[in-house]
Order: sequence, then C-alpha cells, then structure tokens
Amino acid sequence: MSREARITLLVLVALVAGAAVAFGAPHVLSDYFVRIILLIALNAILVLALSLSNGFTGVFSLGHVGFIGAGAYISGILSIPVQQKMALLPHLPAFLHAFSLPFLPATLVAGLLTALLAVVVGYPLMRLSGYFVSVATMGFLIIVNVVLINASDFTRGARTFTGVPLETTLPWVMGWLAITVFVLARLVYSPFGRAMKAVRDDTIAASAVGIGVLRTRLIAFVIGAFFSGVGGSLYAHYLGSFSPNTFYFALTMSLITMLVLGGMGSLTGAVVGVICVSLLSEVLRSVERGFTIGDFAVPALFGASQIVLGFIFILVMIFRPKGIMGDRELTFGLTQRSATVNQTEERKR
Amino acid sequence: MTQLDYILQQIVNAVSLGSLYALVAVGLSIVFGVLKLTNFAHGDVMMVGAFGVALLVGIGVPFPVAVICGIAAAAVAGFLIERIAYRPIRDAPDVARLLTSLAVTYIIENVGILVFTSSPRNFPLPDILNTSWEMSNGAITFTSINLLTIALTFVSLLLLGWFITRTTTGLGMRAAAEDMSAAHLVGLNVNRLIIVAFIVASAYAGLAGILWAAQAGVVQPQMGFTPLLKAFVAAIIGGFGSIAGALVGGYILGALEIFIVAFLPSSVSSYRDAIVFAVLIAFLLVRPGGLLQPNREIKL
Repeated sequence: MSREARITLLVLVALVAGAAVAFGAPHVLSDYFVRIILLIALNAILVLALSLSNGFTGVFSLGHVGFIGAGAYISGILSIPVQQKMALLPHLPAFLHAFSLPFLPATLVAGLLTALLAVVVGYPLMRLSGYFVSVATMGFLIIVNVVLINASDFTRGARTFTGVPLETTLPWVMGWLAITVFVLARLVYSPFGRAMKAVRDDTIAASAVGIGVLRTRLIAFVIGAFFSGVGGSLYAHYLGSFSPNTFYFALTMSLITMLVLGGMGSLTGAVVGVICVSLLSEVLRSVERGFTIGDFAVPALFGASQIVLGFIFILVMIFRPKGIMGDRELTFGLTQRSATVNQTEERKR
Repeated sequence: MTQLDYILQQIVNAVSLGSLYALVAVGLSIVFGVLKLTNFAHGDVMMVGAFGVALLVGIGVPFPVAVICGIAAAAVAGFLIERIAYRPIRDAPDVARLLTSLAVTYIIENVGILVFTSSPRNFPLPDILNTSWEMSNGAITFTSINLLTIALTFVSLLLLGWFITRTTTGLGMRAAAEDMSAAHLVGLNVNRLIIVAFIVASAYAGLAGILWAAQAGVVQPQMGFTPLLKAFVAAIIGGFGSIAGALVGGYILGALEIFIVAFLPSSVSSYRDAIVFAVLIAFLLVRPGGLLQPNREIKL
C-alpha cells in the first residue's frame, strides 16, 4: 500500500471512529460520560487553535481566550431568539433585534468576525517576539475583558449573559473538531507549515531564505483566531449562560496547560494533552469533594485539583519541556514509508 | 471646593497610588534585570506579606513587629519560589519561564483559597494610621497611611539605591544584570547574587503588599494579581529591568489612572484598564525599552 493510500486509510478510520463516537456514544454511555467526551472535543478545538501560533509558529499568545470570548458573545448575540433578545438586550442596535441566526451560520459569522479582529490586532503585534508578544497579547485579553464588561448594551456587562439556545451536541462538536484537525493538518504539513516552523526555529534564517516572517505569523494567528471564535461559539451554545470572566485567566491557564503538557509542535500531542488534563481534572474534582475510607473521612479540599495541575505543569516544564509528544505525531505507523522503500533509497545513494 | 483644590486632591491620590505601583514595579524590575524573567508570582509574594501581618496581628503580635515578620515571610517565600521552581529552568527560553511563573501564581493563589477561602478578611490597621488629615478647609483629605506609603516608598528606594551603587553585592547584581556569563567569568557567585535579588525583590513585594492591604482595608488570596499586572505596565513604561524606570513608570501610571477617572466622563473612564493596557501594547510596539532605555531594538 502506498504512503498516500495509508494516510487516506488513517483519515477514514479516524472519521469513522469519530462519527461512531459522535452518534453512538449518547446511546451507550451515561450523560456524564457524554458530557466529558463533548468537553474534551470542545477543548481540543480550542487547544488546536492555540497550537497554530503558540506551538508551530513560535508566537506564544496569551490572548486567544479573548478571541474565544469574542466568538462566544458574537454568536450569542446573533442567535438568541428575537423575542428574548428584546427582553434581555433592549439597547441593541435595531438591525440586530430584527433577526436571529441558526446555530451554524451564527458560528461561522462568529469565527469570521473573530478572524477579522485577529487581523487588526495581529497586524501590529506580530512584529513582537518572545515574552514581548506574550505580554502584549495578555494585554489584549485584559482589554477584551474590560470591553465585555463595559459594553453592556451588547453583553449585559458583568451580569450573566443568558438565553443562548443550548444547541451544542456531540455530533456538532465532533464535526467541527474534524474540520479543525483537517484544516490544521493540511496547513501544518504543507510548504506553508514548514515556513511556520522555520519562523519559529530561526527567524533570521527564515527571512534570509525569503519567508515573510510577519505574513507567516499573521496567517497562523488569524486562522487560529477563526477556530478560537468557532470554539467560543460552541462553548456559548454549550453553556447557555456565561459572563466576561468565563473567558479570562482561568480558561487561559487551563488551555495552556493542555497545550504544553501534550507537546507544542504536534497536533495529536495537543489532543493527547487535552485528554490527559481533562480526565485528570475530572478525577481530581471528584476527589476534592471529599470522601471516606472506612472510618477515616477526607474533608472536601476545594481548589486542590488546580494546585495539582499547577505542580504537574511545573514538573513538565522542568523534566519534559517539550511535553508528552514533543514534535512527534501519533500516527500508529501508518504514515511512515515502508522498509522496502527506504532500502531502495539507501541503495540509490 | 475650588477647581484648584480638586486638582491638588487628585495629585495627592496619584502620588499615593503611584508610590505603590513603583514599589511593586521595582521588585519586578530587579528580578527581570538579573534573570530576564517576568515574574508573575511577585503578586503572590505581596499576598504572603499582607496575610502574614493579618494573621500575626490576629494572634496578638504588635503591629510593627508583625510588619517586619510579614516582610520577612515574603522574602522567604521569594527565596523558596526561586529555589524550587525557577532555578531548574534557568536556561529555558523566556516564554517557558514566564509560563512557569504563571503556574506558580496559580498554585499559590489556589493554596491561599484552600486555606483562607476566597472571601476577603479584615486587615487590622492601628487607629493611628487610619486618621485622616484635612487641608484647605477639608477640600483636600488624605489618611496617615497615604503619607506613610509615600514616605516608606521614598526611604526604601533610597536604601535600594544605596545598596545597588555602594555595596559589593549590589554592584555584583548590576554586573550580573549586564552580562551573566561575564559576571561568572570574573568570579562572582552568580547563584548567590540571584538569591539576593529574589530576597530583596520579595521583601519589597511584601512591603508593597502590606501597604496595599492597608489602603484597601482587606486581604484575600487573589489580592496580588491586579497590582502585579499594573506594576508590569509601569515597569514596561519606564523600561523593564531598570530600577529608575520602574519608579518613573509607577508614578506615570498612578497619575494616568487617577486622572482618567478624575477628569474624563464616566463613559470613558470605565474603560480605564483597557486604556492602561493599550498604553502597554503601544509601548511594547513603539518603544519596547520604555522611557529610560530608548536604544533597545525590537527583535523579530
């Protein structure tokens, strides 16, 4: 079987497995486990979107949660039913009162507007490197938070934004995850993807061989922002009600932990990181509620799971700074060239 | 109340707030100067100092003794953070160390919430520091703690200036900030200098935390985060890594914040923090070395 055929096979197997989970899981598993799978898939979209600039292009943004928040609010404003919109957001401009969009178009518009925002923000910021860009994007996150709190005609301010229809089901999230993985895999393992990695590994050498550093960074940033906006919309339609502080430092920290733990230069690594952190925090959360072993009662320790995750993060930074996967992808051996091909190539040399 | 009194009152407020920002920013700059580390945990060291005082006064320790112990506790906390979390990754890239310091923040805040819960508790300030003073027939008011903040900032920064220009250790710290490996080559004990830098910076954080809590009247585990972010802006405005820059940036930021609220309509002033961080981004883009280090180049 040729290499292309095996990659196609791998993609097909992944699609079938994903579809089976998306449509089969709700019939087999309890609601609790379906919710965990949904959250893993949703976080996977968000972390993959983050990995494009932070992992592959070497622009470590702390501001992507700002895009997620923007996506969530845009999609929410567009898709609240018209009558409820009058009651909840009476000061919206008239043209926004007149209609309400279904889930899919609202998500697309949220993604596109977020990408537009990323062009405006990214155009100046992509000139910065290292910790400068991290600090500047963190500033962007704070600005988004302040704007969400103060633009109360659109967002109800610091009060809970509510009334978003609960439409995020497992098939929707798995579908968007498939699209995200497909687009990112095509992008990262293309000539443009090699340009991204060149910019990350050696900016000067990259521009010396004619790669436009700013352009490469900006494209990665904007595409990541698009999927962040989409993920934000899915998040909004999953939660139904949220506030500006839902999309702030706590979410940033949790997404970054997933990304760094999984490995910053690998798409499957990002997904592995999401799965590990999600499962771990689910277990820790049930432990921190307190439990009894025989006569010995362990009291509830709220916040303990965060502390453990923080320590794991530091240990990863010290002992395995490239994360679980590093730059490698999990391909189950299906994309490697076969041994005979390698041997013939050896002989040619 | 006349227009002039109103302006004078705002200047008093700005100097008082600016002193606090300067104190926090100085600590950030000391660490950044030596290690090129953006230390988010600095805000939590402030929290340690303030909580130390609150707890000690709670069990009956006299206030001045409690303050000294609080500053000492902050210094110890800084020392431990450096030893446990930062030293193993000293050679890692900038961003990895920035993330580690974020994780340290996350741990300390959550431990604080676990032990003390996140609800604010009273900060016990002696009455003598709570008295308010009036000038110009009550048009300008300030409390003793405002005055004390300004005075302590002044004295402690003079001390710091003496330390880094007149003592061998201070000179060594500046040498290490200039070029770590060269400092190592000429026989300076770089490890010791870094420890000293962390202890000094954390002691300043402890003092700043105590003063911050005294002005706010309450302590809570997350109290360090906002002043930390603001001090960060102050340090970058002035020139990150430069102690004079932190001072200048602190007062500029204090003045900017107070004047935004005092002189702009409330529809604009409610965006105060957005404006502050927009200023931060503008400085990073146009003048990344801040006001006092104009020659630093932007690197792609």
